[in-house]
Amino acid sequence: MSALSKRSVIKLAGWGSLAAAAALVGCGKKEEAPAAAASAAPVAAASAPAKAEPLKVAFAYVGPPGDGGWTFAHDNARKALEKELGDKIVTSFVEKVPEGADAERVFRDMVGQGNKLIFGTTFGYMEPMQKVAADAKDVKFEHATGYKQGENMRTYDSRTYQGAYMAGVIAGGMSKTNTIGVVGSIPIPEVIRNINSFTLGAQSVNPKIKTKVVWVNEWFNPPKETEAAQSLINGGADVLMQNTDSPAVLQTAEKAGKYAFGWDSDMTAYGPKAHLGSAVINWAPYYIKATKEALDGSWKGGTGSWWGVKEGAIDFVSISDKVPADLKAKVETVKAGLKDGTFEIWKGPIMGADGKEVLAKDAVADDKFLGGVNFYVKGVEGKIPGGDKK
Amino acid sequence: MDSIALLLAATLNAGTVLAFAALGLLINERSGIVNLGAEGMMLVAAIAGFAVGVSTGNDWLAFAAGAAAGALLAAAFGVLVIWLNTNQYATGLALSLFGAGFSAFVGIKYTQEKLPERPHFSIPGLADIPFIGPALFRQHPMVYIAIALTVALAWFLYRSRAGLVLRAVGESPESAHALGYPVRRIRLAAVMVGGALCGVSGAYISVVYTPLWVEGMVAGKGWIALALTTFATWRPARVLLGAYLFGGVTMLQFFLQSEGVQVPSQFLTMLPYLATIVVLVLISRNKAFIRINMPASIGKPFFPGS
Repeated sequence: MSALSKRSVIKLAGWGSLAAAAALVGCGKKEEAPAAAASAAPVAAASAPAKAEPLKVAFAYVGPPGDGGWTFAHDNARKALEKELGDKIVTSFVEKVPEGADAERVFRDMVGQGNKLIFGTTFGYMEPMQKVAADAKDVKFEHATGYKQGENMRTYDSRTYQGAYMAGVIAGGMSKTNTIGVVGSIPIPEVIRNINSFTLGAQSVNPKIKTKVVWVNEWFNPPKETEAAQSLINGGADVLMQNTDSPAVLQTAEKAGKYAFGWDSDMTAYGPKAHLGSAVINWAPYYIKATKEALDGSWKGGTGSWWGVKEGAIDFVSISDKVPADLKAKVETVKAGLKDGTFEIWKGPIMGADGKEVLAKDAVADDKFLGGVNFYVKGVEGKIPGGDKK
Repeated sequence: MDSIALLLAATLNAGTVLAFAALGLLINERSGIVNLGAEGMMLVAAIAGFAVGVSTGNDWLAFAAGAAAGALLAAAFGVLVIWLNTNQYATGLALSLFGAGFSAFVGIKYTQEKLPERPHFSIPGLADIPFIGPALFRQHPMVYIAIALTVALAWFLYRSRAGLVLRAVGESPESAHALGYPVRRIRLAAVMVGGALCGVSGAYISVVYTPLWVEGMVAGKGWIALALTTFATWRPARVLLGAYLFGGVTMLQFFLQSEGVQVPSQFLTMLPYLATIVVLVLISRNKAFIRINMPASIGKPFFPGS
């Protein structure tokens, strides 16, 4: 226990210092920034005429852009945004910003540097971002995957479960043991929803599918993700999915001669033999839309966007040649249905793991229902850590 | 039975990662120097080993590169703390941060690289024995080398003259100095060997254990190795036991999860740390034993002639 907390503290300190170093390089006046933030912001606003100077847009990343997954996808979208809007904007980012108190300092730095639009790209930035947003009213805040909003803060998210469902369709068709596995990160509704959607997708082609889940309680820890994936393989799972941020699970499957998927970014390169396809997030359409709104003044706080296949935010790409044509066609049908709104993943009857019906026949889950998924569907083994709260 | 064999196999593999680093730190600390830079050295070694692995496809060259990278960083650390008498803890922490940043920087173009295919290793004959074969004899050679290293290190420390000198330097550098031993050079050698073994561990992670490169991929194993060395009271066999125990409980908790055992996974995540500390504290609870084994001058600077 004490080694755990010690390690976390030291790691946190390490990442914090790195983030501090990055911020220092970025602005060179880190020291006075927190105190001066509140007063500096209006000054910057006054001296910056709306049109003449480019809009400064800042991103806070939880991991390194080189993680090949979550942060990589955000950074690609940032580059796409720069390309799209050219000299109308200037973007910057701070990587490896720990979730929690340290994030607040980074956001205050960003405000102090004159950024007018700030994207926080992980759930754990919610509280710090809200605090800073309350003090910097002229800055627009965008928070990914959260639910707290304000007059100058809004949320955005992507329907990652749609990618998980499409991966599930392929997993269900490719599994020989009828057992598929998921390496879970942290048991929040988003991740549980992905596990369920993956399972529903697999069951749509093979009703006998069982899903085993192993939680690592971290977003990024490649050796641990490897260990978790290995234990799923040892337990008989032959197609794996993950909600963690690195390609370690795919790599482990590659080594063990099993199948897996890329998550968040296209991960073909990490395991060409094991890779069956990648469920990717494309944040670019949203970043471009939000930035354009900030530029033309139509940006409004207090709202939330949840984009999926329909808006071009979610896709399933690089499907392997090992996947038979009929499965590929099935995925394409699902994708087309999601795009034109004729297909719903969460449509009853859906049974919970406890055998009770969670969604009645023909009932379609609304976003509120999807936002509160804290149960496993039938076919997912085990219990959700912290208990079933349904 | 099969799943238990696989659990044992995974345990040996997971323990090996920690064993190399912790044994290296043991040598390091037996000379009286604490190097908190383990994590940084492992990260730099991980990218060095991975880079060499990608271009040569040879595990042994990759380990050699990792060891060289670890030793090189350790040498820089050694010169700072042994000759310039900088604070060991602060310098070690700096090394750890430097290693994290430096490895990320040089590793940028390796994030999408892949190691070439290599044959899977198993011991002919023994690997086919039911249960025991898959549990013990289908491992990477480094798993067996870690065990051999533990035996060799125990012999070296307690049965060889050089080991006695090393321990003397860690116990009382003044006495060793008075007897004419080059205390500072011995310490540097120990620090470099420690760095080299941390390097082997780092390269093992990026080349064998999780064969890819992503920033920060060592993810705290260096800190666990440091703690392990201390909790194992600087005894090689206990370090190895602790490493296997930690690896074993880690794998066991994932195993329990995938079997659907109804214990909160957050508790299971805590279990490896808890179990390792409890067991090592229990077997080392004798105060005299700790006093005998703990290098008396650990962490203290040494000024020859003062």
